[in-house]
Amino acid sequence: MQAFSYVLAHSVAEATAILAQEGSRARCLSGGTDLIVQLREGRRRADVVVDVKGIPELNQLSFDSQHGLIIGAAVPCYRIYNDARIAAAYPGLMDAVTLIGGVAIQGRATLGGNVCTASPAGDSIPALIAHRAVAVIASPRGEREVPLEQFFEGPGKTVLQTGELLVCFKLPPPPAGFGAAYLRFTPRNEMDIAVVGCGAALVIRDGVVQDARIALGAVAPTPLLVPEAGAELIGKPLSESTIVAAAEAARAAARPISDLRGSAEQRRHLCAVLTRQALAQAAARAQSLPQPAHA
Amino acid sequence: MSKVLVSAIINEEPTEFLCEPRQSLLEVLRDVLNLSGAKEGCNNGNCGACAVIMNDVLVNSCLVLGVEAQGARITTVEGIAPKTGLHPIQQKFLEHAALQCGVCTPGFIVATKALLDRNPNPTEHEVRLWLAGNLCRCTGYDKIVRAVLDAAATLRGQASTQPEALEHPNGTAPIAEKKPDPAATVTKPRFRVIGKRPIRPDGVDKVTGRALYGADIKLQGLLYGKVLRSPFAHARIKSIDTSAAEALPGVKAVITGKDFKPAEDRVERSGEGTVNYSYLSQNVMAQDKVLYHGHPVAAVAATSVHIAEEALALIKVEYEPLPVVLDVLEAMRDNAPILLPNLRTHELGEAVGDKPTNIASHEQIARGDVEKGFAEADVIVEREFRTATVHQGYIEPQNATALWNADGQITVWTSTQSAWDEQRELSAILHVPLSHIRVIPMEIGGGFGGKLNVYLEPLAALLSLKAGHRPVKLWMQRDEVLKATGPTSASVIRVKVGARKDGVITAAQAWMAYEAGAFPGSPVSSGMGVIFAPYRLENLLIDGYDVVVNKPPAKPYRAPGGTNAAFAGESVIDELAEKLGMDPLEFRRINAVREGDRSAYGPTYGRIAYVETIEAIAAHPHYHSPLPQPSGPHARVGRGVASGFWFNWDGKSSASATVNPDGGVAFLEGSTDIGGTRASLAMQLAETLGIDYEDVHPMVGDTQTVGYNDATGGSRTTYGSGLAAYHLGKQIIEEMRARAAKLWDVPVDEIVVEGNLYRHGDKVISFKELAAKLDETGGPISVSVSIDAKGALPTFGTHVVDVEVDIETGKVSILRYTAAQDVGCAVHPSYVEGQIHGGVAQGVGWALNEEYVYDAEGHLLNASLLDYRMPTALDLPMIETILVEVPNPSHPFGVKGVGEVPIVPPAAAIANAIYRAVGVRMNVLPMNPRNVLRAMGVIERHAS
Repeated sequence: MQAFSYVLAHSVAEATAILAQEGSRARCLSGGTDLIVQLREGRRRADVVVDVKGIPELNQLSFDSQHGLIIGAAVPCYRIYNDARIAAAYPGLMDAVTLIGGVAIQGRATLGGNVCTASPAGDSIPALIAHRAVAVIASPRGEREVPLEQFFEGPGKTVLQTGELLVCFKLPPPPAGFGAAYLRFTPRNEMDIAVVGCGAALVIRDGVVQDARIALGAVAPTPLLVPEAGAELIGKPLSESTIVAAAEAARAAARPISDLRGSAEQRRHLCAVLTRQALAQAAARAQSLPQPAHA
Repeated sequence: MSKVLVSAIINEEPTEFLCEPRQSLLEVLRDVLNLSGAKEGCNNGNCGACAVIMNDVLVNSCLVLGVEAQGARITTVEGIAPKTGLHPIQQKFLEHAALQCGVCTPGFIVATKALLDRNPNPTEHEVRLWLAGNLCRCTGYDKIVRAVLDAAATLRGQASTQPEALEHPNGTAPIAEKKPDPAATVTKPRFRVIGKRPIRPDGVDKVTGRALYGADIKLQGLLYGKVLRSPFAHARIKSIDTSAAEALPGVKAVITGKDFKPAEDRVERSGEGTVNYSYLSQNVMAQDKVLYHGHPVAAVAATSVHIAEEALALIKVEYEPLPVVLDVLEAMRDNAPILLPNLRTHELGEAVGDKPTNIASHEQIARGDVEKGFAEADVIVEREFRTATVHQGYIEPQNATALWNADGQITVWTSTQSAWDEQRELSAILHVPLSHIRVIPMEIGGGFGGKLNVYLEPLAALLSLKAGHRPVKLWMQRDEVLKATGPTSASVIRVKVGARKDGVITAAQAWMAYEAGAFPGSPVSSGMGVIFAPYRLENLLIDGYDVVVNKPPAKPYRAPGGTNAAFAGESVIDELAEKLGMDPLEFRRINAVREGDRSAYGPTYGRIAYVETIEAIAAHPHYHSPLPQPSGPHARVGRGVASGFWFNWDGKSSASATVNPDGGVAFLEGSTDIGGTRASLAMQLAETLGIDYEDVHPMVGDTQTVGYNDATGGSRTTYGSGLAAYHLGKQIIEEMRARAAKLWDVPVDEIVVEGNLYRHGDKVISFKELAAKLDETGGPISVSVSIDAKGALPTFGTHVVDVEVDIETGKVSILRYTAAQDVGCAVHPSYVEGQIHGGVAQGVGWALNEEYVYDAEGHLLNASLLDYRMPTALDLPMIETILVEVPNPSHPFGVKGVGEVPIVPPAAAIANAIYRAVGVRMNVLPMNPRNVLRAMGVIERHAS
C-alpha cells in the first residue's frame, strides 16, 4: 500500500480545516471497508488519511418520533440495527444496513462511507433516499443540507467540495401509515453487490397512498429517485395495477449499463421485479407497523 | 513514513507496538506481534479468514489500520481458549471434523465466538447468516454449522450431539456389501480403529491458530517479495528497465525473465498428469511474450512488502500488444492469433504438419461403429454445452519462502500438494541438482489440484540468490491467485447419445474442446474418460482437443475435466430417459457398468460399485418424498439426478516409524495433509498394529526427512500412503515378533500375533510391554517403507438434488441435496463425509455462479472473492451423504479414493432439476440468474 500520514480528528472544525488545507491529498477514513481496499489496490490515492471516528457529531445516533432520526456519518451499520426502535421506525434502512457485506463488514462500515464512496450500487443509498434522508455537510464556511437524491454526481463523485465533511443524515419521523423496504438482487444470498437495488417508501392512510418514493440503485451512474414511479401511486388506492404501473415507470427510468455483474436488459427487467416486490413489502409494513404516538 | 506508537489490549494483554499508518491490523498482528492465527485469504474483507473481535465487535482485521487499534480491546483466535484446554467452540470444531485444511478455521472460531456471545441460542439460519462472511472451500459448511449449533448447546449447558454417538450422523446407514462377508459378523466389528471418528492429530493447532501455514514462516533476515504482472493478455515484451527499482532504498534484488536460463523442453510426470518444464518455466516468469493478464514479468525482494510494492511501480516495461483469443472455438480457427509460434498439433500422439496452431493435441477414443449404433437407436439426443473457466478457490493464497544458501543448497518452505514434484520442477527451472533442493511442505490451506506445481518458489529462490543468500518470502494477493494460478478449463462439448425403446444405449459420441490456457495441458483426456464412464457402450467415439488461449494455464481441479464432461453427458442421459419415458435412475441402472465390464476409456473395471450408488439413491427417502413447497408464487421446484465417476490414483508413497519405549509409535509420512489424512493414515497404522489410534503420532515430513511421495492428489493419499502405513505396520510387527522371540528364546516363526498381543504357548506380551523391553532385546525399532502402490479402483457417485427456481429473477436455490458414493471403506467417516460435502459445495458453486469474466482485451474483470462468487454458508443446505462401502480387494482395509467423485455430478444434477422445475434444458455453465432468464426467454431473446 502507498504511504500516507494518519490524523485522528476530534472535532468537525479540526477535520474540515485539514480537509480544506490538504484538498484532494486528503481522504476521510470512516469504517474503512472501502477506503482501505481502494488505497491497497491503488484505485485511490491519499497523502493524509483523516480518521473521522473520533468526532462526536459523526457518532451521534438519536431518534424520537417528533424530530426523527439523526445518524452520524461514522456510525457503523451494527449500531443502527441493534437499536430496536430505529429498526422498527425505518424498516427500509434496516433492510439495507443488514445487507451490507457480512457481519464483520457491518461492524465497521458506515452510512457516511457508503454514501461518500458513491457507488451506483451502494446498498444504503436507495433506502436513505426512500426515507427522505438529508445529508448535513460542514465546512470551514459553515453547514449546508442536501437531500440525498441530489448528493451524487456520478460513480464515485458527490457534491462535496474541498474542505467539506459529511457530518450526519437527518431522516424525518415516519408519518402515520408509513412503510418502507429495501430489496436488492444478488446471485449469492449474502456478500455480494447489488445487480439492482430498490428502496421504496409508502404512506397509506384510509386506503389511499398519500406519499410514495421509489429509488433505484445500480441502474444509472448515480442512485436514482424515480418520481414518475411514485406518481403512479399517489392519490390512489394501492392495487396490483398501480404497483405494476409504478414498476413499469421504474423500468423506464432506469439507464443501466452491461457489466460483469449483469446486463442492461437484465437490470431493466429486475427494476420492475424489485420495484413490485419492494412496494408490496413496504405496503405490508405500512399496515403492520406500530403507528407513531403523535399520529 | 514514520511509525506510530499504538497501545491496545490484545488477548487481555496490554500491548504496545509501532506501525506505519499504512499497515493493517492484520499485518501488525501477524508480522509485528507474532499472532499468525489470523490468516490473509483475500485482503479485502471478502473471506473472513482474518476475523478478530475488536471492542466486542466482529471485524476483518485486513480492513482495520493498525493505528485504529489505539485503545482498543482485541481478541484473536489465540485468545479464545482458556488458560488450560480448549474453548467449547474449538472442541466442537474438532469433534465434528468441522475443518479440513484449517486455514479458514481461525476466522470461523472467532466469528462463532462473537455470535454466541451475542446470541447463545441461534437457529441454523442465524448461524449461516452470521457466518456468511467467512468462506470455507473444503467443508461445504455442513459440519461447521453442526459444530456451531452443538457448541451453542454445550455453552447453554444442554446435551450435545456427539458425532461419535452415531454410526452415520446424517441418519443413513451404510449400504452393506451384497456378497456375504464371512469375516464380518454383527457382534464383532471388522475393525478396531477404522470406521471410528477420532480427533485429528493436527486439530488442536488448527483451532487455536498455532498451525504454521506457508505464509506464517519467519526467518532471520527475511526479505519480502512481490511480483510485477502483465496488464496485457497478449503482448511482446520490448524492454524492461529495472534500474529505478533497484535504486530504491530497501530493495535487495530484482529479477526478470533474463535471470532464467531456458528450461528443457521435456515432459515429466507431475501429480497424476504431466508437466513440460519449458512451459512451466515460461509461466513462472515470462520471457519475450506475455500470454495472459497477470503473467509475471519481474519480481522484487525488499526489506518490507510495501517497499517491494513501491519498487514494482518503478519498473518500466515496454509492451507491444498483440491480438488476444479467449474462446476455445475461436482459438481453433485457421486465422486465430497464435500464442506459441512453435506449437504443432499432436494428432493422436504424433506431431503433424508445420503450421503454427493453438490446437496442442487431438485425441480420440473409438470403439465399435457409432453410425451403426445410432441407426439402431429409437431415440437420439444431440446437444452442445459450454462451461466457463472456474478456479479451485482455496482460501490460502500461494506462497513460498526460499533460502539459496552460500553453499548452493536451496531450502523452500511452501504450501504444496507435492513437495517432490516441486523439487523436480525447481531443479529443472533453476538448473540446480535435485539433491541440492529441499522442499518443506508447510500446512496447506486447500489445494484441490491448484497447488501441484511451482509458481512463486523459483522466484523466491532466485531472489534469495541475488539478494546475497537472504531468505525471501512471497505470497500472492487474491487477485494474483485468480489472475495467474489455476484455474480449470472452460470447454465446449457436443454430445450425441442414442438408445432403444427398451432403454439400452446403442451409441455414444462426444466432441470435446477444452481450453488449456496459455500453455498446453488441459484436462481434456480425463474429461474424455469421465464423460461416458458410467455406461456400458459397444459403439463409442470421443474426440478431444487441447487448445491454448490467452488465459492462465489450466491446472488440475478436483476430478480435472470431469465436471465439464458430466454436465454435458449426464444432461443428455437425463433427456434420453425423459424421451424414453423412463425413470432417470432406472435408465442409468439398465446401462450401468459393473465389475468385469470394459470402461469407455479402455481398461476393464474391477470391483466397482456404480449400481449400488444408483440403488442407494433410488431407495433413499429423498428420492421418494414429495417435492418441497415452492416459497412463493414465482417459485418453481424440481428434482434432478446425475452420476459421476473418477479414476482414482495409487502412486508411490514412503513412510517411516519408530517404536518408543512407552509403546507409542512416531510415524513420519510424506503426503501433504489437506483434509485429515494424518488421521486416516495413523488409523491404518494403528489398525495394522492392533494398537490405539492415540498411540500413533503422525507427522508430515519433507523431501529430506522421509522417502519419496507422489502428490496428494488423484484421491490417492488414504489409499496409496495408507498402503505404505499398512506395510510399515507389518514390518514393525515382524520386528516385534523377533524381539518377543528373543525375549523368550524361542523361534520367531512360533510367535503368534493377535492384535496387539504377541504369544508363544501360554506366554503373552502386549505391544506396549514389549516396547518397554526393546532396549534389552536389541535396541530401538525404526523402520521405513517405500512402495509403488497398485490396485486403486475407480469410484462412482449418484446425486439427487431439489432446487427452487425464481422465474422472475432466474435465481436457483438448492433446497435439498443427497449424495451416494462408493467409498470402499470409510476409514474416518467424518472426513469421508467432509470430502463429499466439499466436493458437492464446489460443484454447486461451479454450477450456479462461478466463472471468469473477461473483457474483450482479455482483462479478468472479477479477480476478487466478491465477484468470483463461491458459495457462502447461506447458499447451501445441509448435504446428506450415503457412504456405500464396497471394499477394494487390493487394499487390506478395502480403501478406495473418495475426494474427487463428489464434484462431478452436481452441475448436471442441478441442470436436470432446473429442467424439471421450469422446463428449460440448460446448456451453459454457470446457470446463474442471467443465464437462466436467457434460457427461459425472459431476457435477451435476440442476443447472440
